Amino acid sequence: MNEFVLQLLNGLDKGGAYALIALGLTLVFGTLGVVNFAHGALFMIGAFCAVVFSRLLQLETVTVDPERLTPWGSPMEIRTPLVQAWLGDFGAFLVQYSVPLSIFFAIPVMLLVGLAMERGLIRFFYKRTHAEQILVTFGLAIVIQEIIKANFGANPIPVSAPAALSGSADVGAWLGLGGGIFYPWWRLAYLGFAISIVALVIVFLQFTTYGMVVRAGMEDRQTVGFLGINIQRRFTVVFGIAAVVAGLAGVMYTPIVPPSYTMGMDFLVLSFVVVVVGGMGSVGGAVLAGFLLGILQSFASMNEIKSILPGIDQVIIYLVAVVVLLTMPRGLMGRKGVMET
Amino acid sequence: MHASTPSRDLVYLAVFTLVVLTMPIWLEPIGAAYPNLMQRFAIYGIFAIGFNILFGMTGYLSFGHAAFLGVGSYAAVWSFKLLSMNVIPAVLFAVLVAGAFAAIIGYVSLKRSGIYFSILTLAFAQMSYNLAYSVFTPITNGETGLQLALQDPRVIDRALGIEARGIPSPGLFGVEMSGYSGFYLCAVLLILCFFLAMRIDRSPFGMVLKAIKSNQTRMGYTGFNTRPYTLTAFIISGMYAGLAGGLLAATDPLAGAERMQWTASGEVVLMTILGGAGTLVGPVIGAGVIKYFENIFSAFHEAKLHAAFAFLPDGLENVLVTITAPFVGEGWHLTLGVVFMLIVIFLPGGLMEGAQRIYGMFRRRPSAGQRAADKFQPAE
Repeated sequence: MNEFVLQLLNGLDKGGAYALIALGLTLVFGTLGVVNFAHGALFMIGAFCAVVFSRLLQLETVTVDPERLTPWGSPMEIRTPLVQAWLGDFGAFLVQYSVPLSIFFAIPVMLLVGLAMERGLIRFFYKRTHAEQILVTFGLAIVIQEIIKANFGANPIPVSAPAALSGSADVGAWLGLGGGIFYPWWRLAYLGFAISIVALVIVFLQFTTYGMVVRAGMEDRQTVGFLGINIQRRFTVVFGIAAVVAGLAGVMYTPIVPPSYTMGMDFLVLSFVVVVVGGMGSVGGAVLAGFLLGILQSFASMNEIKSILPGIDQVIIYLVAVVVLLTMPRGLMGRKGVMET
Repeated sequence: MHASTPSRDLVYLAVFTLVVLTMPIWLEPIGAAYPNLMQRFAIYGIFAIGFNILFGMTGYLSFGHAAFLGVGSYAAVWSFKLLSMNVIPAVLFAVLVAGAFAAIIGYVSLKRSGIYFSILTLAFAQMSYNLAYSVFTPITNGETGLQLALQDPRVIDRALGIEARGIPSPGLFGVEMSGYSGFYLCAVLLILCFFLAMRIDRSPFGMVLKAIKSNQTRMGYTGFNTRPYTLTAFIISGMYAGLAGGLLAATDPLAGAERMQWTASGEVVLMTILGGAGTLVGPVIGAGVIKYFENIFSAFHEAKLHAAFAFLPDGLENVLVTITAPFVGEGWHLTLGVVFMLIVIFLPGGLMEGAQRIYGMFRRRPSAGQRAADKFQPAE
């Protein structure tokens, strides 16, 4: 039972990341009709926003303290982050919470990156075939990846979670299952964060006038245009939002897996599978499929299951994708008539 | 477009043969005339020609073709281990196994088209890659890669009384596969593959494939069952990839799972698009260009750049070096990505289209009557 709960949490956690990335991907497809292979790169840019932000906060000033000596007799150097030197305790707090705080740094950056990408490249590819869209965004993904590699090196860069959230929570006690189920606080925070972002996006689409117009545009772009609405501009904004969501998923993911330049490509394939399983262009489908595949992947990696079907943990996601694609032409929740062949 | 006639094709083939066989001569001035690199040109040329039979002719974009390359490599190394160090059985075995593998994957994947087909092939390739690293370790030797060993059975060789001291290397009846002999074997196979692709392109079968690319729905309406055609194209293309994989193993008897990763599949897509999808010789050019730059660009570094720009005034030289430095050496992938994007944006037909445009600029403009005749050709 303990193992079961643990794997369920693991799965929800992974599923959260998949859902966040797939959400943006499916939104872009549903609105602009573009297959964006550079979406994984946006996730990676987000993660590196966190790296940059925490490096900025950790810029240090070095003072020499002549009173104290190092063990080998030279005066001790005291390194204090600049922010701490200027702001005192509040500065220390900023340094400590650099990862969650980089969300505020990442939102404008990602919005800019997203809008630049859409205006600068994607809009010229609305009318071209999906194959060409895949190819050009694949090229873009390589370029972004290499720029990151040139600036940050090829090794993963560890970024630490705030000390208050770095331990583990006694989940078993909360659920009344007795002790013994410990789960890292930060991963619980990630799960909560993922759920709230997904909820925010869905609320935006379902319950605001802006979102309603966007949904109407997904349904019938031409008619919305006839009503005198600049639907193109709204779709561009949606692309920006998708970039922000992917970027935030990356920011919060940094303490879980140290960011490296390959993380975008690693997640890209999985999130594409998630999108097609959920149904191209379906927001609900992407979220459902994200969590579903995350949980399935976790359960497949349990020893009991691996002993029956060796290697199942490696292929389960792709296997599910193949079965879904062959039996349900438009995925789990795809709209009727959209991309069925 | 020129109509292709048998005599034109013969000239085309003869020129191609000549160019491929004289590679050691004309690659000398650009510093690429060493056998190891030329083998790679030929092998990846075969891979790209095969990929083009699927993507260029039918329009089905497979993102999992490296799986067949990997399977071919494994099959060839197993043939070296179990049967003989001769290249012929190894290559045959690689082609057959890759073909069978392609038949299974193609049968399932071709039930869908468009982006779903891409995702299905991608899923199968990733499954093969992950399994090669985990469950199939007894067959693939996991992360270490499959290698030859002293105590391999090599049934045929032992039966014929061929004994080698140490770990033997693959050969063709005593001719070693490293160096120039290896290159000429690959080159001859490349020419054969090119000839075969040309025959497919000019055959009624090739015509059907191109019709599928231009309008599959209409093909269905006219009563064509397109599935057998696309499946055949998929299998042929998988066999080409298997041959390439087998040759990779023959020139360097080591097979690893990283050859099957999806970025490796992406590479062959890049080669084909860069050269010109749907043209015969384009993919070979694309493969050559990418492999050339991979080797030459990645060997560049700042000192070499300074030497290259030494004829300029010092200030300008430093500026140019600073600008170009991120694009060479470790960063050559950046160059590749940028060039690739530019090609897809401005020259969707690849380098071949570029060459044709330049050729078109220098050719005599067709007269007004000629242009009108071109324009009003009947659609059916």
